[in-house]
Amino acid sequence: MADATAPYRITGETGEWEVVVGLEVHAQVTSNAKLFSGAATAFGAEPNTQVSLVDAAMPGMLPVPNRECIRQAVRTGMAIDAQINKWSRFDRKNYFYADLPQGYQISQLYHPIVGEGAIDISLDEKNPDASGKRIGVERIHVEQDAGKLMHDQHPTRSYVDLNRSGVALMEIVSKPDMRSPQEAGAYLAKLRSILRYVGSCDGNMDQGSMRADVNVSVRKPGDEFGTRTETKNVNSVRFVMQVVEQEAKRQVAVIEAGGRIVQETRLYDPDRGETRSMRSKEDAHDYRYFPDPDLLPLELDDAFLEECRASLPELPDAKRARYEAAGITPYQAAVLTADVDSALWFDTLLEAGAKPVAAANWTTSELFGALNRTGKDIATSPVSPGQAAELLGLVADGTLSGSLAKQVFEIMLETGDGAAKIVDERGLKQTSDTGAIEGVIAGILAANADKVEQYKGGKEALFGFFVGQTMKAMQGKANPQVVNELLKKALA
Amino acid sequence: MPVDTATVKKIASLARIAISDEDAAKLAPELDNIMGWIEQLGEVDTKDVAPMTAVIPNHLRLREDVVTDGNVRDLVLANAPQAEHGFFTVPKVIE
Amino acid sequence: MTDLTDLGVAAIRDGVREGAFSAREVANAFIAKVQSAKVLNAFLVETPDHAIAAADAADAAKAAGETLKPLAGVPIGMKDLFCTKDVPATAASLILEGFSPTYESTVSGKLFAAGAGMLGKLNMDQFAMGSSNETSAFGNVISPWRRNDGGNAALAPGGSSGGSSAAISARLCPAATGTDTGGSIRQPAAFTGISGIKPTYGRCSRWGVVAFSSSLDQAGPMARDVRDCAIMLEAMTGFDPKDATSLDLPVPQWEAGLSADLKGKTIGIPKQYRVDNMPPEIEALWQQGIQWARDAGAEIIEVSLPHTKYALPAYYIIAPAEASSNLARYDGVRYGLRDLPEGANLQDMYAATRAAGFGSEVKRRIMIGTYVLSAGFYDAYFTQASKVRTLIARDFEQAFEKCDLLLTPTAPSAAFALGEKQADPIAMYLNDVFTVPASLAGLPAMSVPGGLDAQGLPLGLQIIGRPLDEQGVLNAGLAIEQRAGFVARPEAWW
Ligand SMILES: [Mg+2]
Ligand SMILES: [Zn+2]
Repeated sequence: MADATAPYRITGETGEWEVVVGLEVHAQVTSNAKLFSGAATAFGAEPNTQVSLVDAAMPGMLPVPNRECIRQAVRTGMAIDAQINKWSRFDRKNYFYADLPQGYQISQLYHPIVGEGAIDISLDEKNPDASGKRIGVERIHVEQDAGKLMHDQHPTRSYVDLNRSGVALMEIVSKPDMRSPQEAGAYLAKLRSILRYVGSCDGNMDQGSMRADVNVSVRKPGDEFGTRTETKNVNSVRFVMQVVEQEAKRQVAVIEAGGRIVQETRLYDPDRGETRSMRSKEDAHDYRYFPDPDLLPLELDDAFLEECRASLPELPDAKRARYEAAGITPYQAAVLTADVDSALWFDTLLEAGAKPVAAANWTTSELFGALNRTGKDIATSPVSPGQAAELLGLVADGTLSGSLAKQVFEIMLETGDGAAKIVDERGLKQTSDTGAIEGVIAGILAANADKVEQYKGGKEALFGFFVGQTMKAMQGKANPQVVNELLKKALA
Repeated sequence: MPVDTATVKKIASLARIAISDEDAAKLAPELDNIMGWIEQLGEVDTKDVAPMTAVIPNHLRLREDVVTDGNVRDLVLANAPQAEHGFFTVPKVIE
Repeated sequence: MTDLTDLGVAAIRDGVREGAFSAREVANAFIAKVQSAKVLNAFLVETPDHAIAAADAADAAKAAGETLKPLAGVPIGMKDLFCTKDVPATAASLILEGFSPTYESTVSGKLFAAGAGMLGKLNMDQFAMGSSNETSAFGNVISPWRRNDGGNAALAPGGSSGGSSAAISARLCPAATGTDTGGSIRQPAAFTGISGIKPTYGRCSRWGVVAFSSSLDQAGPMARDVRDCAIMLEAMTGFDPKDATSLDLPVPQWEAGLSADLKGKTIGIPKQYRVDNMPPEIEALWQQGIQWARDAGAEIIEVSLPHTKYALPAYYIIAPAEASSNLARYDGVRYGLRDLPEGANLQDMYAATRAAGFGSEVKRRIMIGTYVLSAGFYDAYFTQASKVRTLIARDFEQAFEKCDLLLTPTAPSAAFALGEKQADPIAMYLNDVFTVPASLAGLPAMSVPGGLDAQGLPLGLQIIGRPLDEQGVLNAGLAIEQRAGFVARPEAWW
């Protein structure tokens, strides 16, 4: 198993190769209406129902930009510490395709709304000492999504659905700063996490809300960049990692066999685990960009920028640092902050009075374990942060032992009842009544005189047996600390 | 740069306008003539001149994020040369 | 009784208000004229029902004692670049064959809301590309004017709003909409002895108007006199949230503000508009116009617009570039013509459809536009043209520091015969030499008839104003109109 800190290398016949990766991520902006029309953006509607005459590019139709889409792009830029351009403008990217009704995509080439920024990734969340890395972001621009073509509905025809046509996308372009499948995967996961925190994209990769174009090239370590290929629309972190690996290996094989890499667009086939050339998009890479004359330059004022900044939530890195400062382990802090839903859930738990360390332990083991087991996620958790705080409170004040808390939690999951109610109704309260416990201990020692003999003869491991028997007889309700003390006294 | 027949064919292909060799050959000198006339723009010293971005000083207005349109599939498809099951249709595309 | 079709917009409006005649009578009179003038080929679609419905609404309102709308009882013509709901719209191109908009352009909607009825959709140069109305897929519009040489050469009504200009000068409608990208309202107005104004870019919404060149296209009215233009313009303009380049300004009361008194105004005469080979009659009319302006109280000064000569080449980069992109939507997928040869794939279908649907001038301009935007040429052509455009606008700004208005001829010649300039595209383009600069700068500009040339054909004078100063332009137009006393009209031969 390779060390996470050692550079990733592909070993070919001619030696070691380094892989260079850049990602262009298309993230659908969370908005009610489209970028330039008032049609809805919701996923899964009947074909061509979320289409206005503007989206269908009827003659004489004109675009008017949606403030929210601009705002979300600016907030996203701010979240990655990027340059926000107060003056930007929209350009037309001209090409002909059946999913592109206008014959051009309104995008931003010359003056994007967001300039350079950066995203910090961590290469091994479980290992707090593993090295992190800063991946540069070249730019973020806002553009229109295309419609959708369906090829399997008819033997000789493709069907065109324009529901997605005109939905706002942010194209987030990284610098070619990644050097391994792991880095590419970590970057995409971190970007997704930031977008979800900011609320500018829902990050639903299986619904196409985020897709990555993966630019891969290989070189001998220290050499100039090689020729890159671009594998389009890869829609999961795992697939991105596979694309990097497969494409790098393919390129090494081509070069070592005396071939040359051609700059081209490729497609990933997850079933076969390989990329292939996409010749249909190869014919005309002359997009004739020019400023969209239907739109004036986009000028942002300070008030707008201030509102964007003020509305930014605490971001994952800051939240993680705060958790660590509260004594939570780096690993747990990473787990808790990876996704905005669990982080917000956990924050609510803390606000309800739970102690950070105990809360983190319980959340990452008990709660996440239960969610895993039941196939639920935090958003559909049957236990609310308030209920969890109540449960943890009962542990903290000694009402419940760890094992009792587990029992109570199981019942909470089943019934949805609160912890205190369950404790009350089922008498699951932990007892520290020394008299009762001493009585039970006396009975157990009497019934196991032989083992008492052996214990006293030096077989100290039997202590656990006596604890277990006592707890069992107390139906788990005895305070384990009290049991320990009393047993030691009785066996002395 | 002179506009020759090959250029005309390349441009026509970019513009998705089918053109015969004969017509391309006819159009080439015509376009070459027009482009030659346009070239005089090169004489103008435009150093330190910004390209025009707004014809009349004006600010780009932004609309609110409200769904005000859509749900007009019949209107969207009303003029389609060919539509089926709520879709526009085109000759099958192999990607 | 007077022939109602001799009346203009104001006279019809006032007559209907006063009850001198009914709106229905007016509509019927014009409908009959349209019927009898088919040889002019000015109308692509006739919509008598629309005109009658609007007339009946006006008459009903009158009978009910209601206040009549500003254009109640006035039937107009609509350039076929404006999409009007459920009436075929073609932009005079085969590529929009069968297309019937399900929506109403903002401008036509405003006119209808103001009470106007529509007599029909007017022929034009295909996609508004042309200066003679010879690029329509549905045949040339024939100007109602003829030379006084006894011959009957068919003359160009100007373009691209040639159906509009022909229809108004032949009294088929009292007013019509036009659009002006590089002179397409002013030049045809000049060719046919009528008036037309292109307002400041952004005054009229472009929503629902088939786009030619978005940064240049501007709708405006064409009518027989300045007052009628003012009335129409008031109804057509106004802020439209659906057009991001629309100006968010109140609509001035241009008609009420009309005044032919130019005292206190300075009118600039741009020396660069004295071009080579300008016919002496044009020069003479220009001098006459200067005198009329002076008579109206204006001070006359010479001004310089040094980049004038580069306006046309800059225009022939910017307009085709924008058009090449604007016309990409005509692809045979969602509306209009589809040409699908046997075995054709998607890209073949596009190429076949566009080859069959676009006329040769449209193709020529798409090709020019595609060429100037293509890899390696963008900066040399488009960026350079956009910079020159800045310089041209700056020329005007500097001139307007010294004067309030500019006075120039509208076109370098009177109407030419159909076919006369078709062989040489550049010669045709040069027809817009005086109108294109104001288009590039987005300025309000108008043409009014000034007189006739030796062949008995109308000649126009152009007034260009500061941004948003339509009132100044209209007033100067009115001053010239009053002094020119232009009453000539084509003898009906059709
Ligand atoms: Mg890409
Ligand atoms: Zn993109």
